[in-house]
Formats: sequence, C-alpha cells, structure tokens
Amino acid sequence: MPDKMPLDALLASLFPAGHAVTVADGLISGDGPLGGGRLAVIGIDGEAALGIEGACFLAGRVLDVVRAGGGTPILVLIDSDSQRMSRRDELLGLNEYLAHLAKALLLADAQGHPTLGLLYGHSAAGAFIATALATRVLAALPGAHPSVMDLPSVARVTKLPLKTLQDMARSTSVFAPGLDNMVQTGAVQAVLDPDKPLGLQVAALIADSPAADTRDALGHERGGRPLAHDIAAQVVREAQDRVLREAPGA
Amino acid sequence: MDWKPVSLSSSPFDQSWYEASARARLAGLLDTDTFQEFVGPEQRRMSPHLPLFDLPRAFDDGMIVGRGRLDGQDVLVAAQEGRFMGGAFGEIHGAKLVGLLRAALAVKPAALLILFDTGGVRLQEANAGETAIAEIMRAITVARAAGIPVIGLIGGRAGCYGGGGLVAGTCARLIISEGGRLSVSGPEVIETNKGAEEFDSRDRALVWRTMGGKHRRLIGAADAFVDDTIGAFRRAALAAIPAAPAFDLATLEAEQARLEARLDRFGDARDATEIWGRLGVNDPAAVPGLTTEGFDALLARLPEGPHHAR
Repeated sequence: MPDKMPLDALLASLFPAGHAVTVADGLISGDGPLGGGRLAVIGIDGEAALGIEGACFLAGRVLDVVRAGGGTPILVLIDSDSQRMSRRDELLGLNEYLAHLAKALLLADAQGHPTLGLLYGHSAAGAFIATALATRVLAALPGAHPSVMDLPSVARVTKLPLKTLQDMARSTSVFAPGLDNMVQTGAVQAVLDPDKPLGLQVAALIADSPAADTRDALGHERGGRPLAHDIAAQVVREAQDRVLREAPGA
Repeated sequence: MDWKPVSLSSSPFDQSWYEASARARLAGLLDTDTFQEFVGPEQRRMSPHLPLFDLPRAFDDGMIVGRGRLDGQDVLVAAQEGRFMGGAFGEIHGAKLVGLLRAALAVKPAALLILFDTGGVRLQEANAGETAIAEIMRAITVARAAGIPVIGLIGGRAGCYGGGGLVAGTCARLIISEGGRLSVSGPEVIETNKGAEEFDSRDRALVWRTMGGKHRRLIGAADAFVDDTIGAFRRAALAAIPAAPAFDLATLEAEQARLEARLDRFGDARDATEIWGRLGVNDPAAVPGLTTEGFDALLARLPEGPHHAR
C-alpha cells in the first residue's frame, strides 16, 4: 500500500500560493484560494477520534460558510479514527453531534456550497459517516485506508477465523476494509493522482459533481453493491404506481 | 426498570411496542388494514452476501417499507425488524429505506415514519451498510428540505445504535420509550475497546440512564417520551407531524447553539443523574422509577422549555 500523503504536503499541492488552514487538536479548519475565489477547508488529521467537541467545532465552521453565502465550496480532509468511544461522549449525545455535523455539510451543499470529501488516511464508522460520507463527492488519495471495522474485530463478532475472513476478503469487496472496496461500493467516487496539482483536480471534481446522489448507481456499475440501486428504484416505482392507481380519475 | 406484563387487552394499541414484531408495530400504528408494502417478502429480495457467511436470510432483509394511513393522512413508513440480524443495515435493508425516502419526493406524504430497531451496520455487509447509511442521511435531508416531516420512533429490542443513531439524529422529530436506547457506540463496543472501567456493559441501570429514553428526553435528544405501547407511539407520531422543524440554516444554527450550550453546562458531568440535577430535577435518583405520567409531570415542572431544534 502506498504511504499516506502528509497534510502539509497535501495543502501545499492544493494551495501552491499559500493558505490559511490550521490544525489544532487534530481538527482542521481555514481556507485558501481556488480559481478566482476561496475554498473553505475543514477536517480531521492524525487519525484523531471524532468526539462531541470536535464535531461541534467543525459543524460551526461549516455553518459559518453557509451564513456568509457566496457559494464558497467546502473541502473535507479526513485522516481520522472512528468516533470517540467513551461513556462521556455517549452520555452527552454523540449521535446528535455527529448527525449535526453531517446535516451542516448536507445543508451547505444543498444551499450552493458544493462539498467535496478527500480521504487521505484512515477513517471509520461514525466519524466517516459524519464527515467524508456526508459530502456530495468523495475522493481519496492512494494510501487512504477507510474501514467500517478491521478484520480481527469482524472475526470476533462473526466468530469466523481470521484466516477465513482474509481469504473471503480477496473475492468480495462488501465487508473487507480498504480503499478499493469503498471505491467498489460507490462510496468513494474517484482516486486522485498525488503527483499532479491537487488544486486543479479538486476544482475539476467540484465542477463535474452531480447534484443527485449517484453512489448506488456507481456501486452497481463497479460491482461492489450489485442490488442497492435496483432495490431503491423499485421501491420508488412501486410507491408511485400505488399512488397513481388511487388518484382521482385513474 | 418495570416492564408491563403481557397485555390482556385485544386492542393492538395496548400491545407492547418492545415485544411486538416490526410488522405488528406497523399494523397497530397505522389505521386498520391500510398498510401496503413495497418490495414485499413475496418477492424474496434477500441479501446476496449472507450466504458467504453461512447465515440464514430473511425474505424482507429485516426492513419493511410501504405506505398507509395515520388518522386518515397518507404516510410512508419503514420498520426495522430487530430480531433479524439485530436490525442491522445491509445492502438491501438500507436500499429499501433509501428508495422510500426518494419516493417521498414524488408521492408527497403527510409524513415519513422510521421505526428504528437496529444495532447499526451489518458487519457481514459493512461497506454496503455504511454507504447506505450515508445515502439515507442525505435522502432524509432532501425530503425534509422538500417539506416532508421525517419522524423517528425508537422503542425496539435492539435500540438504535451505530449508524442508526446518526440516522435518528437526522430526523426532524424523535419519539422514544423507556426501552428505546439511542447511542452511537453501544455498551459492549465501548467495553470491548476501552475496558470495563470505562463502561461496564453488564450494569443495566448505567446503560438505561446513559442511553435510555428518559435521559434522551431530558437532555433534548428526543422530543417525546412515551409508554411502551403501540397506541402511545401512534398518538405521539400524530402530534409530531405538525411540529416538525424545517431543514434550513435557522434550524441548524439553533441546533448548533443547543449543542454548544450542552457542552458548556454538562461537559464535566460524570453521570446522567448529575445532569438531571443541574436541569432542576430535585430527586435525580427517583427518575428511572417514574411512570410516564410522573415523568411528564416532572418535565412540566422543569424551569426550561424544550430545546428541539434538530
């Protein structure tokens, strides 16, 4: 597996003319020039776990961008652990904080601030859902290694030998960790080239990004989620058919 | 906690929500005989992945979606069956809810109700389940922005954990019972990863007061606390529909303020009883034993109004 790109190298490639992005306690925030305008940046660095304070801080920065208006796109840079696992985080309502961050990103995108996730390291579980997976387009750099759960933990839960799971992981992408598998499901739309300027690649992805959620269609095309797209479409069809059948004059 | 004995009443409204199957919950929640299912079990759209693990499959993959009427109003409904794979989100399970949320844009129901009963992502289909949760959250915000109230009901055996907790946090209104638990990392997950000193998952009283319905209602994570009956969930769902907030900047700014205030006020609390005391509850130790009537009376006496922006 290629090495992960360090954040400072990533930012230098993204903003060759300099930027105002800072990192504190593993939380990334700031902005830099992109094209004729600015690109807002939030994220998580250093495989930090995402807890209630971090989610609240990042959501606040996203809402600042929405409040300012102007259509500034938002880049979400992720190299995180999972959600922070603690009694205190759950006591205070971690599910609300993580959902709030995701909602802030989804609102921003719906209100004209295109959101782009860029996974450059690890991410897992709730932290992944609340950040990178809540963007319009999710890209990754080679060396990224997302996972829902690592194989030893899957082995514990499923009570299958690790060796069996490792063998199974070679033939199916649906449960095993790793970037290729998340590309197959359609969750990661594109893998960027670290040897080319990232700013141009990011600008191109934002320009080409579809307004609708196309992840299930991608998962079908790529084979990682063979049925999700068809099932969702069939539910829509059956719902419309039933309502039409009952409509006055039908 | 006290469980109701099995009801001797034949009315579906009096049956325990916790004990009922997902189909029984839907049948009792909706107006009699109005439920119509989409992609029903007769189509046998089963998980293509579980056979790899030699696990049994369900004809509905543990997710039932369809439409019906609630006191005469057209609604779309989704119900998770916690007794199949812990109600976990797999590829088909999740895709059915994604489809229902997308259908809401076309059929414009009075509301879309999600009956949660889930441990989170199905590990045997982890990547598909995780991606489905992201699609569901995005589709919920799209439906809400189109003016459709999306209401969550939590009171099942499996609780509402993992990605299910994030989906619940995306809903416009949440209704929870004593048996409903709402959280991201479950007690066993925290204990396995961080040790029993951090969370002793066998301490059931600790689980209930940290993740249970009363605590969630008291801190504002849920909007209504109800008895464990299908009738109580039905009445609360009806009341929630007209109260659903818009999905816009004003709502999320109010939620930001609500969540920041919670960190400031309770960030150093060690236990739920400390939080309840600071909220103005005179006898926090008595809260777990309160009946719903007693709990409602307590809520009415608390100095602050509800904090419901979500």
